[in-house]
Amino acid sequence: MSSRDAILQRLRHRTGGELTAPECDFSVLDRPEWSTAEKLDMFEQTIESVHGEVHRTTEAGWIDRLAEILQTRGAQTLLIAKDHEIGKALQSATKGREDLPHLLIYDEPVESWQETLFSEVDAGITSTRGGIAETGSLILWPTVDEPRLMSLVPPIHIAVLKASELYTTFHQAMQSQNWATGMPTNALLISGPSKTADIEQTLAYGVHGPRELIVLVIE
Amino acid sequence: MSDTADHSAHHIDVKEFHPRARAAIHNPQIRQNFRKAMDGLMSKRKSAFEGWELETLRDLGANIRLRALANLPDLLEQLEQKLTENGMTVHWAADGDEACEIVRDICVARNAKSVIKGKSMVSEEMELNHYLDAQGIEALESDLGEYIVQLADETPSHIIMPAIHKNTEEISQLLHAKTGTDLSHDVEYLTANARLQLREKFMNADVGVSGVNFAVAETGTLCLVENEGNGRMTTTVPPCHIAVTGIEKVVPNLEDVTALLALLTRSATGQHITTYFNMISGPRKADELDGPEEVHVVLVDNGRSTIYQDDELLDTLRCIRCGACMNHCPVYTRVGGHTYGTTYPGPIGAILMPHMVGLDEGRHLPTASSLCGACGEVCPVKIPIPDLLVRLRQESVDGDTVHPAKVRGHGAKRGAVEAMIWKGWSWMHARPGIYRMGTSMGARFRKLQPGKFGGWTQYRTAPKLAAKTLHQRMKERSQ
Repeated sequence: MSSRDAILQRLRHRTGGELTAPECDFSVLDRPEWSTAEKLDMFEQTIESVHGEVHRTTEAGWIDRLAEILQTRGAQTLLIAKDHEIGKALQSATKGREDLPHLLIYDEPVESWQETLFSEVDAGITSTRGGIAETGSLILWPTVDEPRLMSLVPPIHIAVLKASELYTTFHQAMQSQNWATGMPTNALLISGPSKTADIEQTLAYGVHGPRELIVLVIE
Repeated sequence: MSDTADHSAHHIDVKEFHPRARAAIHNPQIRQNFRKAMDGLMSKRKSAFEGWELETLRDLGANIRLRALANLPDLLEQLEQKLTENGMTVHWAADGDEACEIVRDICVARNAKSVIKGKSMVSEEMELNHYLDAQGIEALESDLGEYIVQLADETPSHIIMPAIHKNTEEISQLLHAKTGTDLSHDVEYLTANARLQLREKFMNADVGVSGVNFAVAETGTLCLVENEGNGRMTTTVPPCHIAVTGIEKVVPNLEDVTALLALLTRSATGQHITTYFNMISGPRKADELDGPEEVHVVLVDNGRSTIYQDDELLDTLRCIRCGACMNHCPVYTRVGGHTYGTTYPGPIGAILMPHMVGLDEGRHLPTASSLCGACGEVCPVKIPIPDLLVRLRQESVDGDTVHPAKVRGHGAKRGAVEAMIWKGWSWMHARPGIYRMGTSMGARFRKLQPGKFGGWTQYRTAPKLAAKTLHQRMKERSQ
């Protein structure tokens, strides 16, 4: 008999007899309905408590703000998506101005440019599918246009979040967006920069992923 | 520095608990490292649950896990079907050896020479690193704590914080000796160097091996909880990802992970959430630009289906591996993780490992507890750990009188003299006349009672027989 069948058979014919499944009441996870402003305050406070950075900006002003942020950090290259509205806006904006770093478009399989991605990209910018106020989390579903490594490999990750897409809890976000009906190959909650406390419980940032997480909130 | 040979991954005699405990207790460095870390973790957990209806949340956690276990075989089949539909390959392993062979076969088929690993306690159970090394395949840990432990040729001393037994000085010395990093107490510097070394490895690894925190049957999704990003690297950069998981990690619905995640991170490190919650539901699609082209899932039994047979022992399988029981255990805090000599230390190890190594080998594990009850009180899924410790103690000396003994190696601790004393005790208690005669004889000759009872009276005063028996006193009172 295969191990599969042997394991399943043992589980099905347990000597203790049939088990009954208890009811699960998820209402303990419910929170009162917060306004967008309250959710944003909560989000900001929570993500900043774990070293994330939040900049409130607008549809018209975010590129200026981004340019400022990247300049203060001396970032030379910014990884962007080809077809996403954020990537497109940056591609057209860069033509008329000098203050944006060199834009690098993620439009080829990683194998063909892995070395460059790992060593020469200073920052990556991605969209989000909303955020979670309670835990200060960003929801990312990497796509063909915004692949997984955009938010992982560059030392600075900039995420664009619409304030109107903030949820109160993870449970609420998952239910509202109907995740159970179909998950992408990879979905993520990102709640701060990469960190470790493995050396004597001392926090250090940027151990494998980005050292900085910067959220541009579009109000 | 402490004697590293004691914690070496090879050939640890689990039975030698006491000599290891004695050495640890007399090692101020170990005592200090654990005390400091556990105090911090306990207070962080406490503040993380402020404002929560913690008991209700723990009830939900327990019910989610119990519901999953109640339907375990069906859920595993559903999980297998969904994972397969999503393009992943599912393997089943009866034990650690078979799981290692499965990983090896996947590596061989891909001509893989190097494996990068995310943190996985199941792979520690399997002793995968040594197995792969022996097969000529390099396996490198990428979680910083695991990386440190691997460089030192040790095993993790805590399931969440593997290198918690070492302080900065010890780690600095180790990294200097093994990787040439400059001696420094600057944790940022040490971490940045490890990042540099490991980035190279991620790029060149042929296979990534990770664990799984929750496997969702409904959607065929593997969930990984981590802070460093090494888990994401491991599951994204190499062309092939192998996830190894115990069969008990499955939950029916995606919704279930919201409550379990809330409990897990707060209980483990006092974080309201970890930096990354990574949900994987398939390999790279044809038009995607990154991600592994192959994803394999190895479902490992290794004794779990045996634990599953018994209604009481079954609760062991609720565990979500947060480590709160060890953080709050007065014994663990004093003797440290390596004293147990097992993959999982502390209270969870004491109730889980006897099933994996047998109660003969693991005879001292259930007694490495004062039964203070802290572990059961903090457990996010309400595992009655103290009850299970008592059950295993019973089985280790006898077992058959209360329950039919279930655990392999039961009765190993049974001593002929002790057994005879208890037999006599129960015989006497069933006979009132003889009992009264016995107690009044005891009272009369109480001066002859020995004042020392070996180790038991080393730190305690021996109890003395009373001058009058209870029966005599009651009689006098009623006159």
